[in-house]
Amino acid sequence: MNSSSGKSYMSTASSSVLWKAGGDVVADQFPAGLRVLLVDDDPTCLMILEKMLKACQYNVTKCNRAETALSMLRENRNGFDIVISDVHMPDMDGFKLLEHIGLEMDLPVIMMSADDGKNVVMKGVTHGACDYLIKPVRIEALKNIWQHVVRKRKNEWKDFEQSGSVEEGDRQPKQSEDADYSSSANEGNWKSSKRRKDDEDENDERDDTSTLKKPRVVWSVELHQQFVAAVNQLGIEKAVPKKILELMNVPGLTRENVASHLQKYRLYLRRLSGVSQHPSNLNNSFMNPQDATFGPLDLQALTATGQLPAQSLATLQAAGLGRSTAKSGIPMPLIDQRNIFSFENPKLIFGEAQQQHVNNNKQMNLLHGIPTTMEPKQLAGLHHKAQSVGNMNMPVLSHGSQSSQNNPLLMQMAQPQARGQMLNDSTVGLAPRLLSPREQSMLSNGMATNVSTRNGVPENIRAPSYNPVSQTSSMLNFPMNHTSELPGSSFPLVSTPGISSLAPKVAFQEDVNSEIKGSVGFMPSYDIFNDLNQHKPQNWELQNVGMMFNSSQHSNSLQGNLDHTQSVLVQQGFLSGQNRNSTVISKAMFSAGDSTGHVNAQNSNQHLNSLLDNTVRVKSERVADAAPANLYPDHFGQEDLMSALLKQVGSFFSLYDTDGDIILLILTSKFPIFLQQDIIAPAENNDFDFDGYSIDNIPV
Amino acid sequence: MDGYGMQNQIACIRRSLFDQGYLDEQFIQLEELQDDTNPNFVQEIVTLFYTDSARLIQNIELTLNSRPINFSKLDDYMHQFKGSSSSIGAKKVTSECAVFRQYCAAGNAEAYISSLLPHIYTD
Repeated sequence: MNSSSGKSYMSTASSSVLWKAGGDVVADQFPAGLRVLLVDDDPTCLMILEKMLKACQYNVTKCNRAETALSMLRENRNGFDIVISDVHMPDMDGFKLLEHIGLEMDLPVIMMSADDGKNVVMKGVTHGACDYLIKPVRIEALKNIWQHVVRKRKNEWKDFEQSGSVEEGDRQPKQSEDADYSSSANEGNWKSSKRRKDDEDENDERDDTSTLKKPRVVWSVELHQQFVAAVNQLGIEKAVPKKILELMNVPGLTRENVASHLQKYRLYLRRLSGVSQHPSNLNNSFMNPQDATFGPLDLQALTATGQLPAQSLATLQAAGLGRSTAKSGIPMPLIDQRNIFSFENPKLIFGEAQQQHVNNNKQMNLLHGIPTTMEPKQLAGLHHKAQSVGNMNMPVLSHGSQSSQNNPLLMQMAQPQARGQMLNDSTVGLAPRLLSPREQSMLSNGMATNVSTRNGVPENIRAPSYNPVSQTSSMLNFPMNHTSELPGSSFPLVSTPGISSLAPKVAFQEDVNSEIKGSVGFMPSYDIFNDLNQHKPQNWELQNVGMMFNSSQHSNSLQGNLDHTQSVLVQQGFLSGQNRNSTVISKAMFSAGDSTGHVNAQNSNQHLNSLLDNTVRVKSERVADAAPANLYPDHFGQEDLMSALLKQVGSFFSLYDTDGDIILLILTSKFPIFLQQDIIAPAENNDFDFDGYSIDNIPV
Repeated sequence: MDGYGMQNQIACIRRSLFDQGYLDEQFIQLEELQDDTNPNFVQEIVTLFYTDSARLIQNIELTLNSRPINFSKLDDYMHQFKGSSSSIGAKKVTSECAVFRQYCAAGNAEAYISSLLPHIYTD
């Protein structure tokens, strides 16, 4: 919804207000064109209300059954702005529907009933309805329902940009206050404020809540690293786009870009925190010191919400605190994610994950940091640890289904390291840690030994992904080694194969996909694949895009690749799923070869390439079934993709360098990678070279 | 003129419905909704209402006739009926439903029915 709603507020000069939800451009004047879904079993009421809503110039869709409504909403996540539902319905209780919608789609819901008893109204409030109308409903009451949409968006917007978006904040209130946006005064105001943003706008694509058209900003790995560094420096709570922009000091980057990226990032963090339900795995603390602070908090919050078992909270905290480098939270989340997802149902993921994600986000800084911010030095840190990691990486990633699960986690872990904080420990430790129980088993394949050799990385070699960076050679080896070791896992780095294997194996889910958000939940990797396999060719596209992108950017610097890839991948994967299947499998293949330079990379590339030969080309195939498709999520709203991406829980991605080097295989249950919407541009994809990964190769 | 006379008549009847409390301002809202794009909106709605309420009433009757009376079901039907009629502006029906529901709550459907049954079918 944000994506769609954000746009609507601004009436652009072109006067095409976009209530852009999924790309629809609606009428010119907000609130006209508001897309309402009407649910009521009473045909008389239904008809009357429909007529009234149409008289208010809203776009009405009516259905007389709750199930129908839900499926409509699921199919077209961004197809509606608000839902009006009756309380008493034969097939499903109105409040239940309300809950579902709130969890899955987070749309504002208005309840209505002939019953005006206080208890019923209270029930509506507690279930999260944003309003309660008493029948007979008068048209005046319906005239103002747009306020709920605006309010919701505004709140979300504000969440993202705490104080940065003064303009947006001003805009929104302004908008909400003015019923008639087309009024010249309003337009003037908006136009002026928008003008600024519109300067760069090229087209009507609103891929962001800002509804501004701006040239796509590619959030390369480096850029994202800078971003994350800036955010961490400011503190996640205080990170406002303006300051972030200043800290980043990147010419040509606008505050809007940062704002939208921040939004996504936050979503991502939220997702991460939502993921760490699993108590057991929390031991590993991937989180960066900074994150760690959030971690404990998040844990608590999570615990409070009931999502995170108390013990996990403790573990997380312990993990976080105990970790020297890595802060708690993430490690577990990663692993946990896997675990969590495995038994969580999509719904769970949604509801809980969301909350958790929030929590996780903090904790998972590592994770999210990872994808995007794999700084060279960080990688180096990892490197130390991950000496053996290289090998480990392989196992981690490559495993077939099993590993995939872990891998994502591991990978993720590895990633955070890049952030720097985690690097040393976290990456290595993270990866392994997360996997702990699972990984061990996975590793037992043979990789376990590798793992243990690593610096301390617990069996989960997952971290290897990082290590490879430092150890270029080792990295390169991984893929190779592992491939041999792991049946299907083609390289950790390359992970794509693994990843791909994951996906198919996982079959998670259909429902996950549908939930999109949920997809992450199950096993990250699985989700990704599932999605990939199942649907959405786009998913692949995204993923591929993600991966490839960055790698091309830096040849030697894994980190750079990682960063890019991470970000790219993440987005890509997620974005593609319009439905939000985006199981983004961001395959960030981090090429370990950094240190050694091209040589290694090349080696790895070659290796990878060879391995990947049959790998699924990201571009063209989705994990197995895939319909090749479009890599680009162009038609997906960036927002959608992003949110889908973010929602993804753990996924693993491998970043592939354009040269084919695997930059990093990140397996995370929740893929923190924060892909910018922009990343998924086709052009970028080309750069990257998706063929890095082959899902097929990953043994299941 | 005939047409004029008829229109007058209709207007009178309509007026009386309001005066007698059969219709309330909700009905006016419906009338306002009617426009050129939907010239027969009110008519359609009322027809729909009648069809739907006939079905409802049938169900209510069945429930009332069954022994023992399922009050919760009855309450549900009444609630539905009340919703429909209030949406249409059928004031009296709505209030009757409300009263009926109170009786149902008290578990005293028979008394209510016997006293009010004839009224339910009016309007």
